[in-house]
Amino acid sequence: MSDLGAQRLKGKVAFVSGGLRGIGLACVERFLAEGAEVVLSDLDAADSETVREVMAGLGQAASYVQANVTSEADWQRARDEIVARHGKLHVLVNNAGTDLTGPVETLAMKDWRRIMDINVDGVFLGVKTLVPLMAESGKDFRGGSSIINVSSIMGLVGYNEVSAYNASKGAVRMFTKGIAIEFAQKQMPIRANSLHPGFVVTPLLHAGFKRWVDKGFAEKTDDLIDAVSGQTPLGRLADPAELAGGAFFLASEDSAYMTGAELVMDGGWTAQ
Amino acid sequence: MSKRLDGKVALVTGGTSGIGAGTVRRLAAEGAAVVFTGSNAAAAEALCAETGATFRAHRVEDASAWPGLMEAILARHGRLDFAFANAGTERGDSSVEDIEIEGWNTVIGVNQTGVMLTVQHAIRAMKNNPEGPTGSIVINSSMNANRAMGNYVAYSVSKAAVVALTKSAALHCGNRGYNIRVNAILPGVVETALITNLIDASADPAAMRAGYESMSPMKRMARVEEVAALVAFLASDEAAFISGGEYLIDGASTAGMNGL
Repeated sequence: MSDLGAQRLKGKVAFVSGGLRGIGLACVERFLAEGAEVVLSDLDAADSETVREVMAGLGQAASYVQANVTSEADWQRARDEIVARHGKLHVLVNNAGTDLTGPVETLAMKDWRRIMDINVDGVFLGVKTLVPLMAESGKDFRGGSSIINVSSIMGLVGYNEVSAYNASKGAVRMFTKGIAIEFAQKQMPIRANSLHPGFVVTPLLHAGFKRWVDKGFAEKTDDLIDAVSGQTPLGRLADPAELAGGAFFLASEDSAYMTGAELVMDGGWTAQ
Repeated sequence: MSKRLDGKVALVTGGTSGIGAGTVRRLAAEGAAVVFTGSNAAAAEALCAETGATFRAHRVEDASAWPGLMEAILARHGRLDFAFANAGTERGDSSVEDIEIEGWNTVIGVNQTGVMLTVQHAIRAMKNNPEGPTGSIVINSSMNANRAMGNYVAYSVSKAAVVALTKSAALHCGNRGYNIRVNAILPGVVETALITNLIDASADPAAMRAGYESMSPMKRMARVEEVAALVAFLASDEAAFISGGEYLIDGASTAGMNGL
C-alpha cells in the first residue's frame, strides 16, 4: 500500500492535452498537488495572455507546450519536449476534445471530419507517439504507466442530436479497450482506461448550452443547467475537480489492476 | 493531507477473509471506524487486534438479524457513512442442469437477498445521519456479471442481479433526494485464500495457477489490496459524483478477446 497521507504521484511525470481549461486544467492542478511534474498542452500560443496567467498559477513543476492534437508533428514535438525536460512519462491524459450537435442530416462533412480529427485521431496520435516512452518509464512504478482517455457518458449512451459526438466518444471507449489488451498481452507496463464524465461545469458545456439557447431550446443557460440537474439522480452537475479525482485514481498505484475499464462519473445519469 | 476517511463509520459484510478483510484493513488505515461481519470468530479476533475494527457475528441472508446489527452500530457510532456489501458464497453451486434447489437457495440467499438486505438497512441508517441523508454503498459483484460461467449458474445469476440492484437503489436514492451513492465493483480473479486453497488442493497446482492467471491478459490475478483500494476510492468523497455505476477491476479480462 502506498503511503496514504503522502503525495501519491511523487516522482511521476504526467502529460495532459487540453490542459488550459475545464477538466484538463483540474487534472493538471490535482496531479501537481499530488507531487507530479506535469506538461500540459493546448492550442493557445505559448506567449498568449491565457497561457501566461494559467502557468503563473501552476508553479515550477508545470510546463506548457503549444500543440494541436490532430497534428502528428505536434505530438512528436511535445514528446521531444517531455524527454528533454523530464526524460520520462508515466501518465497521459488524452483530454482535448470538442463537440458537435445538430440533426444528423444537417451536419456538414467538414464538421464531422473535424470532431473525428480532434476526439478520435487526437487520442490515437497521442497514444501512438508516447507509448514507447511510457513503456520504458512504466518500469519505475508498481502498476506501470497509465493512459487515461477522456470519453464521455455520450460514449456509452446515445443522445438527441449528438450523434457525431456519440460516435467519437464511443470510438475512444473501444480504442482504449483494444490498447489495454494489446499492452497487457505484451506484458508492457502500461494500463489504459477510459473516463466517462457526465455533465460537468466546464467552458465547453457553457458554450454548448449557449448554442442550445441560441437555437431556442431554452431561455437561458441556467434553465438548461437546472433541467440537467433535475434529470441527474444526484441532483447536480459535477465540478471539474471531481473528474480530476477520478483521473488521479487511475493515475495512481491504487488502480494497478484496472485496465480496459471505464470510470463513469455521471451522478447516476446512465444508471437510469 | 488528512486521511480520506477520517470520522467516517463503515460496515463491511463478510469481513473476516479475502476482499472483505483487505477492505477492513484499508478503510481502517484511511481513518474510518470499521464494523465487520462474518462467522469466523477466530479470524475476526486477529483482524480486530490488527486494525482496531470491531466484529459482529452475523449472517447477511438472515433478515431478522439486521435490525440488531444496525442498532448496535448506531448506538456505538451514531451514524453510518459507508457500507460494503461483500459477503458472498458459491457453496452448492453447479450448472443449471445439475444444481440442487438447496444450493441455488444458498447462493441466491447470500449473494442476492443478503446484498439487498445490506443495501436496504444501510440506506435506512444513512438517511438519518445528523447532517442529512448522506453515504456511500458499494456492492461486490464480479466480472462474471458480464461473462457468465456454465458451471456456476447461481453465482453468475446473482452477480448480474446485484448490478441491477445497484442501479435501482441509486435511482431510488436520487428520487428521494438522498445524497447516498450506490455503486458496484466487478473484480476479476482475486488471489484470496479461497483461490490459493483451491490451487494448493488441486492435482496440478502449477497448471491451475496458470489457468487463473491467464484469465487476464496481464497474466496475473488481482491482489486483495488492489480491490480494497478501489472500494476505498468509491467510499471517499473523491467519488462524490459517482453513483449507479459498475466498476470493472479485472486486468482487462472482459475488455475483449486476447487474440492469437
